[in-house]
Amino acid sequence: MDALFLNQLFNGASLASLYLLAALGLALSFGLMRVINMAHGEMLMLGGYLAWMTLLAVPGALGIILAIPVAFIGAAAMGGLIQSTLIRRLSARPLDTLLATWGVSLILQQGARDLFGAVGVEVRAPEWLTGNFVLAGVTLPSARLFIILIAALVLGGLALLLLKTRIGLLVRAVNQDRMMASASGIDVRRVDFTVFCLGSGVAGLAGVMLALLGPVTPNVGQSYIIPAFLVVVMGGLGSIVGTTASAIILGLFAALAQIFVDVSVAQMLLLVFVILFIQVRPQGVIAVKTRQLDA
Amino acid sequence: MPDLSRLDPLKPILPWLLLALGLVAPFALSGYDLNLLARFMAMGILALGLVLIWGHGGILSLGQGVFFGLGGYAIALHMKLADLPSGEIPDFMVWSGRDGLPFWWTPFASPAFTIAAILIVPALVGALFSWAVFHRRVGGTYFALITQALALAFATLIISRQDVTGGFNGLTDFYSVFGFGLSSPGTGSGLYWVTLAVLCVAFVALRWLLSSRFGILLRAARDGENRVRFLGYSPTPFKVVAFAIAAMLAGVGGALFTLHAGVVSPALIGVVPSIEMVVWVAIGGRYSLAGAIVGALLVNLARDAVSSAFPELWLYLMGALFIFVVTLLPRGLAGLVKGKAA
Repeated sequence: MDALFLNQLFNGASLASLYLLAALGLALSFGLMRVINMAHGEMLMLGGYLAWMTLLAVPGALGIILAIPVAFIGAAAMGGLIQSTLIRRLSARPLDTLLATWGVSLILQQGARDLFGAVGVEVRAPEWLTGNFVLAGVTLPSARLFIILIAALVLGGLALLLLKTRIGLLVRAVNQDRMMASASGIDVRRVDFTVFCLGSGVAGLAGVMLALLGPVTPNVGQSYIIPAFLVVVMGGLGSIVGTTASAIILGLFAALAQIFVDVSVAQMLLLVFVILFIQVRPQGVIAVKTRQLDA
Repeated sequence: MPDLSRLDPLKPILPWLLLALGLVAPFALSGYDLNLLARFMAMGILALGLVLIWGHGGILSLGQGVFFGLGGYAIALHMKLADLPSGEIPDFMVWSGRDGLPFWWTPFASPAFTIAAILIVPALVGALFSWAVFHRRVGGTYFALITQALALAFATLIISRQDVTGGFNGLTDFYSVFGFGLSSPGTGSGLYWVTLAVLCVAFVALRWLLSSRFGILLRAARDGENRVRFLGYSPTPFKVVAFAIAAMLAGVGGALFTLHAGVVSPALIGVVPSIEMVVWVAIGGRYSLAGAIVGALLVNLARDAVSSAFPELWLYLMGALFIFVVTLLPRGLAGLVKGKAA
């Protein structure tokens, strides 16, 4: 296999990690509440700006480590605010929620433009993140390796949280049968809120990773959010395994397509691929079994 | 919600009121304002299509800009070719180093082909795309997200094919259409009347369609798709046809808009403008044809007024409008006037 192919394979893996981090929060809240948060991309942007500010305050290696929790908590707080003030009121109207959160997204983007300027800000990554590893003729930038590592850690952490903790138990109960969970005394609204904060936090974390790759701009979230939507569409209803699998498939697809065609055609092919995929499996990679007829 | 039931008697006469205003406008407005109004009316034609699919079909499309763009680019290709001395190619192609027209440009030299393309291409793309998604029973939020990806892919494709599409700057500098000089004042008002006529025809046709059996089944599929299936109808063809009609209206609106604005570019058809189109209808009232026209006119007038004075303010305002309408006025302005739901 030639070096170009291996390089793109590696790029695909890091792209998949970004898609995954951006899509996990969407998939969680979509599975649980059937709600798509169009302002999710702005959580990435917020994470990016928080990382930039953290690194201004604390430069160097410590800064980037510190930026991760700061971005997580900042984005989670913003997500919580949006959920409790807006999304909660629209719980039974998914398409309306989509429009209302788009409004939030416009306001946040313009807010960022007014606060930080329309030109992007650059995060100065510490030295150990700017080098390259060379393995069998393939150059592996360490920033991209770091992103893959973080995505794996987040995925592992989320799996532990969902499978081993009491919070996870409640989330799974609500996910399986909302009415029954509510009837058994689970505070469904609190579960919604927690999941939403968690998802937004993960997006904020993805924003830190974006900041390592390029400038943070007011609309940086927009360029990742649409592939992330496609990941959710292809993944299946709120399934973490499905989301992971489809993030990997789409990340690899996008990177490998770029060997043969330019970026814009690759984007078109990505969409065509998802539409073809739902011809075969309309319910997504992983179908969650349900006896419900009308969602 | 404020009680405006005393406005009830307004409801049946609203379309007539709009028509009267449209008929008077050319005699009351300056050439510039009339051109602006004609642009907004072209957008109203697109908005009518959204009432059909979103209000009555429950299908939210965040990609109407794609169809608007297909119509707009079709007429723009024709006008570019009409202005060219034979054997030459448009200036932007020369700058990008091409030495011939791409093959798909050439048929647009024919006016008949262009008009057919404006009507058929958006409808066909809309039908194929929506069929691919709907026949596998994917819908709702998923469909909205896929249409948004379509808008992104389309705009990116146009920007990246600079040498044949004019790229980011789009196509502009048109001088004549179907033999009429665009700068002569008669053409401006003539195009206005054409736009008003198309808007009226679309309105009447959709009103008829929505009250027919087709409209009833479309609403039934919106409210309970599986119940419609149990009754022996497949909702898919109804939704595909509705989507194709909306796409065709968007294409016609896009072509007329391009004639009035004198430009078509990715900035008019990408992700953000496509969603803005939804807000026209959300504000006017997604179930009301007349409401959608009012919404398209009002939002664009507001946009014109606000963004020329404070360009940054417009995005805040539009964001706030989205939130306000969805949370407090789900039936839009038309919902303030009580009447029979349809």
